[in-house]
Amino acid sequence: MASAVSFRGAVALTGQFPALAGIDLDVAAGEVVVLQGANGAGKTSVLRACAGLLPVTDGRAEVLGVDLRRHAPRVRRLVGLLGHAPALYDDLTVAENVRFAVKAAGAAADRVDDVLERVGLGGRLRRSSAGRLSAGQRRRVALAVLVARAPRLWLLDEPHAALDAEGRSLLVALLDDAVRDGTTVVLASHEIAEAAPLADRVVTLAGGRVVDSARGERRRVLPGGAHVA
Amino acid sequence: MTAHASTSEAGAAPAGRGFTRALRVLGVLGIVGMGFTVWLGLWVTPPDRTQGDLVRLVYLHPPIAWISLYLAFGIAALSSVLWLWPRTRSRFWDRLAVSAMEVGVVFTALTLFTGSLWGRPTWGVWWAWDARLTATALLLVLQLGYLALRRVPSDPDVRARRAALAAVIAAVDVPIVHFSVNWWRTLHQNATVLNANLSPTIHGAMAWTLLLGFVAMTLVFFWLLLLRYRIEVLAEGAGDAALQVALAERWSEGAPADEPAGPASNREPARSGS
Amino acid sequence: MWRDALLVAGKDLRIELRSRVVLNQVAPFAVLVLVLFAFALGPQRGPMVQAAPGLFWVAVLFAAVLAVQRSTAVESTEGTRDGLRAAGLDPAGVFLGKTGAVALELVVLEAFLTGGVLLFYGVTVHSAGLLVVASLVGTAGLAAVGTLYGALSSGLRVRETLLPLLLLPVAAPVLLAGTRVWQAAFATHATAGDPWLRLLLVFAAVYLALGVVIFGPLQEAS
Repeated sequence: MASAVSFRGAVALTGQFPALAGIDLDVAAGEVVVLQGANGAGKTSVLRACAGLLPVTDGRAEVLGVDLRRHAPRVRRLVGLLGHAPALYDDLTVAENVRFAVKAAGAAADRVDDVLERVGLGGRLRRSSAGRLSAGQRRRVALAVLVARAPRLWLLDEPHAALDAEGRSLLVALLDDAVRDGTTVVLASHEIAEAAPLADRVVTLAGGRVVDSARGERRRVLPGGAHVA
Repeated sequence: MTAHASTSEAGAAPAGRGFTRALRVLGVLGIVGMGFTVWLGLWVTPPDRTQGDLVRLVYLHPPIAWISLYLAFGIAALSSVLWLWPRTRSRFWDRLAVSAMEVGVVFTALTLFTGSLWGRPTWGVWWAWDARLTATALLLVLQLGYLALRRVPSDPDVRARRAALAAVIAAVDVPIVHFSVNWWRTLHQNATVLNANLSPTIHGAMAWTLLLGFVAMTLVFFWLLLLRYRIEVLAEGAGDAALQVALAERWSEGAPADEPAGPASNREPARSGS
Repeated sequence: MWRDALLVAGKDLRIELRSRVVLNQVAPFAVLVLVLFAFALGPQRGPMVQAAPGLFWVAVLFAAVLAVQRSTAVESTEGTRDGLRAAGLDPAGVFLGKTGAVALELVVLEAFLTGGVLLFYGVTVHSAGLLVVASLVGTAGLAAVGTLYGALSSGLRVRETLLPLLLLPVAAPVLLAGTRVWQAAFATHATAGDPWLRLLLVFAAVYLALGVVIFGPLQEAS
């Protein structure tokens, strides 16, 4: 079974602080893994390292076949990161922001309007300045970018935060669509009640390393053929 | 599993006896050489026909100027490039670059100071926009900028890369500055008093003293450079020790109450699947 | 690379069109510099006419610092800090795009500023072509080295004070050469400006080339 993410003793520093302190982590292609843990346990750091933004200085780290220690920039077009603060330019409209992000990743921008409709930002909202949006709406814009780009690996950092009930069911729907297409998803969340039903596996982090791994509540056959009872 | 940043070379600390001995020899030679230069310069060599005793500054000012630009800044720039080049990347070049730049800043300031001292009786002013002095003043600001940038606290590798890039960007500018400032001075001939040359004719005993001055000053420079390098190594060692402490603390965050903190507590992640 | 450059430049210029920071803040600041210098140099026209070329370029240099600050600040909000990196854009393209946008903004500003200089200081131009070429080339070099230093200091909290300290000394040759070319353009023997124009060209070429090469590692260091 192809591996989407493979970390062995990976160490990553923020300044002098070891955000990842020798972590071992495996995510199979097409799998949905939820990361949980206390604040500061390293969930965001794992996601950023997978996105090629946090340099790994020791151990082994491979994402989608790219060696993160030597060729981190190559992984960026292959993954999509939904971070705490969506990367939006306040002075541009929603549509312009999404179009820019999609074109920057080398994807085609023709489906942007449809995607915006799907996430509930169609019509007049398309033309509003990104600076005027609420936090939940900014989240949806970031989701739109993710869907429009359709990368093979989704990295979601606390996606449920700031989303209302409607937004959350939208998130689940979009996730299911992506997973059906074989996308691998790594999701960091505090809200285990919401996240566990989506996951094939729930991994617990503490102190920059994995301390536990348990089965998630999603019932399905993994793309590689392994059957989850 | 090694859990320390791999770019730190724990064994590279040159605090060995060989290094200390080299340091001592350099220091002694340098200071003795300087002593001789001063003695020869002040008492043995004759005063110049036009400049009188003032010419004795020629044993100090040109060597200091040459060292500050070509040696100190040159070493700093070259080390920066070698650090950036992946094949030769090593913490050694980063340490060398900052050491050279810091010692260099002192030499640059001294160049300006001795130049000003020389200029005052010659030109009647404490400062004149002579091509070399102007370029040196700009060099001083460039070096100060580099040091300000390097002082910003950061992860050592990021800081080293940032400083090395700044050094390269500045180094590329130095020849451009020299050309432009020289043209500036020569294309605009000012009053002849400012054209009075700071370079007198050198011959005989003066030439030997000048040579000694160059050699002695260079020895002093390298002595200071190695001293500063050693300080940098010690500072880094302190940083690495702090990292080990931070790692241990981080592990103890993750370990449950009944297990000891440390590498032993990393359990294998259980895999799901049938 | 060029595709990414156009994409980034377009984005930056569109942001400027919407927010009008350069138009509403940097341009008045540059004009203000000219006015303040007029106060400093006294009401007689003599010193002002002599100093006009230099003052123009000093104002341009200060405006360039502000324009670069703005260009960097756009990428430094909490969300966008990693945006250009994470998007997978070619770093050389990002460099050229941002440099191009800053250069364009500065050139527009310089057009107005030139008008201001001619008006306030009452000088007459003999060789307008030389003026235009010098401004274009000099601005390109300024924008290039500014974008480099901007990106270098972008992650730092002390960016506001560090950027001028880093940028202005390196930009000094542009000030020197630009002033000489302008002097030649105002005087009757315009050819005296040629070596200086060549210097501006070398400066621009060197820093554009350097930027294309090192912007990648530079992005990783911020």
